[in-house]
Amino acid sequence: MSRLEQLGLSRNAMLWLLLFVVTFVLAQVSKDLAKEMDARWLMKVPRDLRIPMRGDISDFMSWLVESASFGLFTFTELTRSISWLIEQPYDFVRALVIEGFVRGQGNEAVQVLPSLSWLAVAFVVAAMGHYAGSWRLAIFVGLCFLYLAVFGQWDSAMVTLSSILIAVPFGVVGGLLLGIAGYRWPWFDRLMTPVLDLMQTVPIFAYLVPILFLFGFGPVSALIATVIYAMPPMVRVTTLALHNVPSEIREFGKMVGCTRRQMTWRVLVPSALPSLMVGVNQVIMLSLNMVIIASMIGAGGLGYDVLTSLRRLDIGAGLEAGVAIVVLAIALDRLSQAFANRPPPEHSERQLNALQRHPWLVTCLAVVLGTGLVGLLLPAVQQYPAGAEITTGAFWENLVRYINVNFFDQLEAVKTFMLVNFMVPVKRFLLGLPWPWVLLLITFAGWQLGGIRLALLCCALTLFILVNGLWAKAMTTVYLCGVSVIIACIIGIPIGILAAENDRANRIVQAFIDTLQTLPSFVYLIPVVMLFRVGDFSAMIAVVLYALAPAVRYAAHGIRSIDPQLIEAGIVSGCTRRQLLLRIKLPLALPEIMLGINQTIMLALSMLVITALVGTRDLGQEVYIALTKADTGRGIVAGVSVACIAIIADRLIAAAALRKKRRLGLA
Amino acid sequence: MMGEVLKKAGYNVEYVQADYIAQFAGLKTGDLHVAMEIWETTGRDAMDEATATGRVENLGETGMMAIEEWWYPAYMKERCPGLPNWEALNDCAEEFATPETDPNGRYLGGPVTWGGFDDERAEALELDFEVVHAGTDAALFAELESAYQRQAPILLWVYAPHWAPIKYEGEWIEFPEYTADCYNDPSWGVNPDMAYDCGKPRGPIWKVSWAGVKDKWPGAHSAIQAFRVSNDEMGAMVAAVDLEGKDLDAVVAEWLANNEDTWKGWIGQ
Repeated sequence: MSRLEQLGLSRNAMLWLLLFVVTFVLAQVSKDLAKEMDARWLMKVPRDLRIPMRGDISDFMSWLVESASFGLFTFTELTRSISWLIEQPYDFVRALVIEGFVRGQGNEAVQVLPSLSWLAVAFVVAAMGHYAGSWRLAIFVGLCFLYLAVFGQWDSAMVTLSSILIAVPFGVVGGLLLGIAGYRWPWFDRLMTPVLDLMQTVPIFAYLVPILFLFGFGPVSALIATVIYAMPPMVRVTTLALHNVPSEIREFGKMVGCTRRQMTWRVLVPSALPSLMVGVNQVIMLSLNMVIIASMIGAGGLGYDVLTSLRRLDIGAGLEAGVAIVVLAIALDRLSQAFANRPPPEHSERQLNALQRHPWLVTCLAVVLGTGLVGLLLPAVQQYPAGAEITTGAFWENLVRYINVNFFDQLEAVKTFMLVNFMVPVKRFLLGLPWPWVLLLITFAGWQLGGIRLALLCCALTLFILVNGLWAKAMTTVYLCGVSVIIACIIGIPIGILAAENDRANRIVQAFIDTLQTLPSFVYLIPVVMLFRVGDFSAMIAVVLYALAPAVRYAAHGIRSIDPQLIEAGIVSGCTRRQLLLRIKLPLALPEIMLGINQTIMLALSMLVITALVGTRDLGQEVYIALTKADTGRGIVAGVSVACIAIIADRLIAAAALRKKRRLGLA
Repeated sequence: MMGEVLKKAGYNVEYVQADYIAQFAGLKTGDLHVAMEIWETTGRDAMDEATATGRVENLGETGMMAIEEWWYPAYMKERCPGLPNWEALNDCAEEFATPETDPNGRYLGGPVTWGGFDDERAEALELDFEVVHAGTDAALFAELESAYQRQAPILLWVYAPHWAPIKYEGEWIEFPEYTADCYNDPSWGVNPDMAYDCGKPRGPIWKVSWAGVKDKWPGAHSAIQAFRVSNDEMGAMVAAVDLEGKDLDAVVAEWLANNEDTWKGWIGQ
């Protein structure tokens, strides 16, 4: 028995410790060593090993756009007709809620029918709130929409709302169909899983260019990108929910002699409805996350307002438009959750007339017609009067200015301290590692944690990055993301523990992280740049702010879901509160916390692309450059590399969490 | 502005936001029809490439001249009296330094996608400056705003016509004047071994369109070709919108009202 084992270290831990020491030493010396031995290939992937995939992808893309054909029609004609199809309902909704129906050309255009008045829209959503939930919800949703009007965000909010109203049904129906297909044919499910992984981890910027080529510039492309981004959770939720339908219900369906189609649509889908609504909710939230990026390729609306205000450094206006997105998101979130939790309707024997059966529908119609008619005479009813709008823009502007003028030196000191003592050493460490060693290490970790299949997967994904010559940028990505995740965990996990122990803190924390997640990151990116200058530190702050939420959420959830008997047992055996937390709660919540860290990494990676806007030199920048140069291949290769990092991290952590759970006897 | 004029002439106009370089992809396929603002300085290569395909047509100059150069706020002149001459930069490199770049000065360049050869320029002119690239114009001007509020040193890429040189008082650095030789021929200029030892080119801002516009809307085509605005006019309008917070449509309408003869000439009325 060796000394170390006497110290209480298991053999496994020793192995990892040894590996870490070797890695650490290698990071310090390998650069000089490589120079000494004239083996530069150790540090830099040699050109001969590279396979330039990006050229091939670009060529394929231009072939697709310019010459691919199905005989009767070309591929581009096909995609264009799809975008025409999507454009029709979009134009209709847009005309309905904001622009009004117009006929004619140029300045002679005449309005045939005005759009819905702001009062009507607010009333209809409030009515939906009451229908799905309660009076409280109705008032809450109504107030949210009133906020949009009072702060002068109405027009843009309606443009955004109309694109959400189109994107969400497409995402939901598409996701539902794919999910059902995955449920019915297991091979399809296996095929879809990696595709879904890619859809969720490849940054949107990477596939914007091909979408623009195929579907044309404008709102429709933005809609399609939104659907691609927002659909995966719906597919996953659908398959899972259908699998979880109790077998009694399925048996019952068989007994009454359902056909396959009836079985799916009349039995399985309705009984899985509550779970499916969770998916719908996810689609809505993710669609709203896309608002800013969609506005970069012509979607307009609130995202466009945020972008333009910040481009002219109007922080207040940018923040107000950003908060409007949050408000819209919260209103839609609460509404869809209420629909998900709605008790099934009671069946009544009494014969009712149309008015009694649909009280809300009739009232809404009346209000729409009424406000429409009154709006013709009184403009304030049709459109919220500009004179009554309020703005807090100046306040925010002055706040940032005040902090900037008075505290810049202190902030600068904090930043320099962090850079010198933490970020730069980590960067040096990671960039100093020779690539063959990293490849070996990742493969070994995969083998240790999940067996030979995971090892092969990790090895293949790492090789993809290597052969595309993106090694240095990938390591920079790992560095920025890693540093941010560590800080997000240091801040987030204690907050999560606090929220789990204290109900009032929980409510405040929940509201706070909900806001952070839906507030477009661009809103705080610009003030952060003003206070911390362009560079890694600003990028890190933005990433931490965005990725904090899952760390908090999972930590709180992990602690709350511990079996109360175990805690009882701790109290009975005389633990202090401190011991209870450190010895019982934390270890038991560890698998859950690890999943939270996993999610934090995913969000951090998806945010990295946006930090390219403040000038980082990682894969995010590569994707962004590809976007601005309309270089399809380059963007996709860099985007898939980001996805590779995400998938490696995801699989390794998930495998580790599973092992831990097994060891604790939880799984 | 062009859009409103075309509307007066009876056309329907849809405005689309597109990324600067990515818009050429749309122009080639005919998804986008007209782009009113292609800068000689940053968009020239992309424009030449696109017109060479024959699917994009250059509709001539807009009348505005693009200036892009290293720029500093006026208060820096006190701390560094030799400005705006570029040779003075090295003397006050430390004034412009930040903890990360010390002892070198810090120059904030545009996003890498803008090109501009600033890294090469700093090297060729042997400037003791580190070139840091901002990710977007928003980040670029956020730093300027921040520094200006504190009256702190800053040296960055600014371009005109834009609201920044109107809002903030400052000057361009005077580099050796740009010639084509300077970029192509290493032996030209101060540094005999390297190209880019001069300032940035200045040049007109172009208008381009999809090649099909000519046949489809001949009236609009000739109107756009005739479009001309000067730097001052554009600068005043940009400032009115971005600095005074006036409504874009109102500013355009005002211009249209004041310059009726001008734009009527474009559409041939």
